[in-house]
Amino acid sequence: MEVVSSVKDRANSIKIRAGRVDKFVKVLLGFWALFVGLLFPLIVVLVLFKESKLAIDTFGLVKFLTNSNWDPVAENFGGLTMVVGTLISTFLAMLIATPVSIGIAIFITELAPKWLKPIISTAVELLAAIPSIIYGMWGFLVLAPVMGDKVEPWLQDKLGNLPIIGQLFSGTPTGIDVLTTSLVLSIMIIPFMAAVVRDSFNMVPAIMKESAYGLGATQWEVIRHVVIPYTASGIAGGLILATGRALGETMAVTFVAGNNPQIPKSLFDSFTTITVALANQFTEADTDIYLSSLYLLALLLFLVSFILLAIAKYMILRLEKRWKA
Amino acid sequence: MKTYRKFLNFFMLSLSTFMAIYGIFWLFWILYSLLVNGFKYLKPELIYLDPTPAGVEGGGLRHAFVGHLILTSLGTLIGVPIGIAAGIFFSEYARHNKLFAIFRQITDIMVSTPSIVIGAVVYALLVKPLGHFNGLAGAVALALLMIPVIAITTDEMLKLVPQQMREAAYALGAHQWQVIKSVILRAAKVGILTGVLLGVARISGETAPLLFTSFNNAYMNLNLMKPVASLTVTMFDYVMGPYKYWHEQAWAAAFVLTMGVLLLSITAKLVLHGNLIKPLTYIVRSFTRSKDKEE
Amino acid sequence: MKKTALALLAVGTVAIAMEITGAGATFPQPIYTRWAAEFYKATGNKVNYQGIGSGGGIRQIINRTVDFGASDAPLTPEELNKHGLLQFPTVIGAVVMTYNIPELGKTVLNLDAKAVCDIYLGKIKKWNDPYLKQLNPNVNLPDRPIVVVHRSDGSGTTWIFTNWLSKTCPEWKEKVGFGTSVKWPTGVGGKGNPGVTNYVKRSQGGIGYVEYIYAKENNLPMARIKNREGVFVEPNIKTVQAAAAYAKWDKSKHFYQVLTDQPGKDTYPIAGATFILLAKDQPERSKKATTFFKWAYQNGDKYAEALHYIPMPSNVKNMIFEYWKENGVAP
Repeated sequence: MEVVSSVKDRANSIKIRAGRVDKFVKVLLGFWALFVGLLFPLIVVLVLFKESKLAIDTFGLVKFLTNSNWDPVAENFGGLTMVVGTLISTFLAMLIATPVSIGIAIFITELAPKWLKPIISTAVELLAAIPSIIYGMWGFLVLAPVMGDKVEPWLQDKLGNLPIIGQLFSGTPTGIDVLTTSLVLSIMIIPFMAAVVRDSFNMVPAIMKESAYGLGATQWEVIRHVVIPYTASGIAGGLILATGRALGETMAVTFVAGNNPQIPKSLFDSFTTITVALANQFTEADTDIYLSSLYLLALLLFLVSFILLAIAKYMILRLEKRWKA
Repeated sequence: MKTYRKFLNFFMLSLSTFMAIYGIFWLFWILYSLLVNGFKYLKPELIYLDPTPAGVEGGGLRHAFVGHLILTSLGTLIGVPIGIAAGIFFSEYARHNKLFAIFRQITDIMVSTPSIVIGAVVYALLVKPLGHFNGLAGAVALALLMIPVIAITTDEMLKLVPQQMREAAYALGAHQWQVIKSVILRAAKVGILTGVLLGVARISGETAPLLFTSFNNAYMNLNLMKPVASLTVTMFDYVMGPYKYWHEQAWAAAFVLTMGVLLLSITAKLVLHGNLIKPLTYIVRSFTRSKDKEE
Repeated sequence: MKKTALALLAVGTVAIAMEITGAGATFPQPIYTRWAAEFYKATGNKVNYQGIGSGGGIRQIINRTVDFGASDAPLTPEELNKHGLLQFPTVIGAVVMTYNIPELGKTVLNLDAKAVCDIYLGKIKKWNDPYLKQLNPNVNLPDRPIVVVHRSDGSGTTWIFTNWLSKTCPEWKEKVGFGTSVKWPTGVGGKGNPGVTNYVKRSQGGIGYVEYIYAKENNLPMARIKNREGVFVEPNIKTVQAAAAYAKWDKSKHFYQVLTDQPGKDTYPIAGATFILLAKDQPERSKKATTFFKWAYQNGDKYAEALHYIPMPSNVKNMIFEYWKENGVAP
């Protein structure tokens, strides 16, 4: 009798202990999940907000965003040049990258022979893995001289005298300007976008494509009228994801932007972006208001990319829901 | 009408092919520059010599290689357990919890957050109060960048484990953590490893978050409470400088860094598709088999 | 037991090499890193100097994140007292106008304050501008646009350069002023003296202002600048020493000194001293820095001269040693 009951007691105590460990593990893991999913982003926003409070109080948010002066001597800081620079370079990069990425995705999914598919796919993914500083370095040491010495003068020669567009090609072509920066940025984004678009294309059920072929459609017509509409949210999501990435890109841009706090009027003007300003001036901001203004820029960047990425997620989710239905 | 459609088809498909060539062209140009210049200037001295004073030729990048390894390893050490813990919770405990679904989405968004912003935050938290730049802040910044990546990949890999496995374990009377520890993690460990490798690859190439945390150091430094040199920040300084030998050393460092990152990424892919595990297990088994035979 | 522990501690502290962190101006970076290398060979102590610009040096020492800050822009006694800092000079150097005109190779051009002023204001846009031709009648200046390069970071070199422009060009003084960071009317911004040198080297038609050694080591030409007496002088040790001869070093004013636009026929007009900043309230850390600089003052002159910097004359050095004693930071 005693033997049985002591075994029972042992079994019970093991059970209770295991139950306690179970609870402990749950709480421990749950804490980290809470940290990663809530506390971490919250801390980021709070710290950025606290550090930029001085700038917000001194200048006011609206005035800061519309002020194109960045004058450390007079302690007059306005983020307009950085914001405009970020927007222009991102927009141009997306302009170049979007058709290219879609083209690459079409090539991989529709045109490439079986043996070539994995090679190009892997090549695109390898491009995505290359650290961004390499792009920046290469852009500065290899691409910028070619742009400044050969490509840009040629462009200026051919297009500089046209009525409205000519303005875009005015100025001294140095290779350190909006054009080179947007080009390097676009090369960086292409792998991300191409991967997302390719994955979206792969989600289209074969039967939909085959029914279209059955009706006598050409390959392009199937892509244009079946695949792309079906994956529209996925493509849009990929676009916005890539935009979010491009906005926050630092190293690819810092080398070739020119660090000039001005609003560029030509593709050959040097300029600045939020990330370039942060990278170059953070350790050198020698007054509190200077550093606080930089933090305000960082806060704006964080919020804008967060919102954009959230929108992108939503659009991609819509595509996935459709596929599941 | 038919000819127009045929022509349009040909035109658009050719355009797509051209786009693919355009994209591959850049990749090849960048890799070519990297290979040619990196190889040309790669010397063994780079690994065991410290840098010379500004303007004096020669020297190496030992301080940067060692520092980079330290920062990346520490960042991984901090980031991986936290990331995996969060990932496990998302998948196993909170899969159908609406609140935690939002947290998971937020985590996914944080994966693509600008890394320079994280650097600025860590500066305010770990550099200003401490009074000086330090390697620990750099490692923490890297860890914070890595954690969302690992959490998401862990979550996705765990979700791939079939539900039947869990139910079978529960039927045997196991507690939840026992199920997770002994069954689920073991099944998903390859996928989780892939996520870790990809996370490491990502932070090895980071520059921006280190610019104002671990800063830079002209000497090899193993003390984490002081500035620590890193390959990426050193490359940044050297490329922006005027000395030709600095540019050459930067190319060599870029070559090593890229090869390392690519190697990690390729390994991760191979591990995930079992192409690495199978030959490895075969090799290990053939050793043990021959040992048995001897007896 | 206690005795042995104490003995071990004493040995331990002696055996552990000192590590000194400094940050700031890129103007003197070549000589500071040279001194650091020789100091390490002689004593085993490490000096980690990062060139992040004078603005950064000032910021970091105000925040007490480094042991010493370095700045070519001297702080006034008021600013020093406000932040609890000490200041003393190390070497004197020249800010040269360097340029890259492919057609002219290493031809030395004559420039005066008006020319430089108008170039940096964006009024003179091409190398074959009539005013430049007037200054250089025997040079075949090409029809090439000028690419203006300046600093993107907080810079003491900028301070010295814009100080000279403010003294010699009324339009500049009114429109831009001087400081470590100004609102440049035109041009691209390089990071540090190395960055400016880099951009000038890479742009055809580029012009920039850098410390002497950067232009020399990169085989870039340096312009002759017209001084106050109307003579076009080349930057070299003689002409910079001529400027330095007018310095009135005063330790009660924390050695505040500006050496631009000094009189004298042989004087180079864009010269400046570079300074070290220490935290008065952190004597332990400051003493580490003064240990290094004492060694440099006693052993480093030959290295400075090899890199074309002017070392401090010995009476000034003694003044600096007294200054340290008076402020409790003597090594």
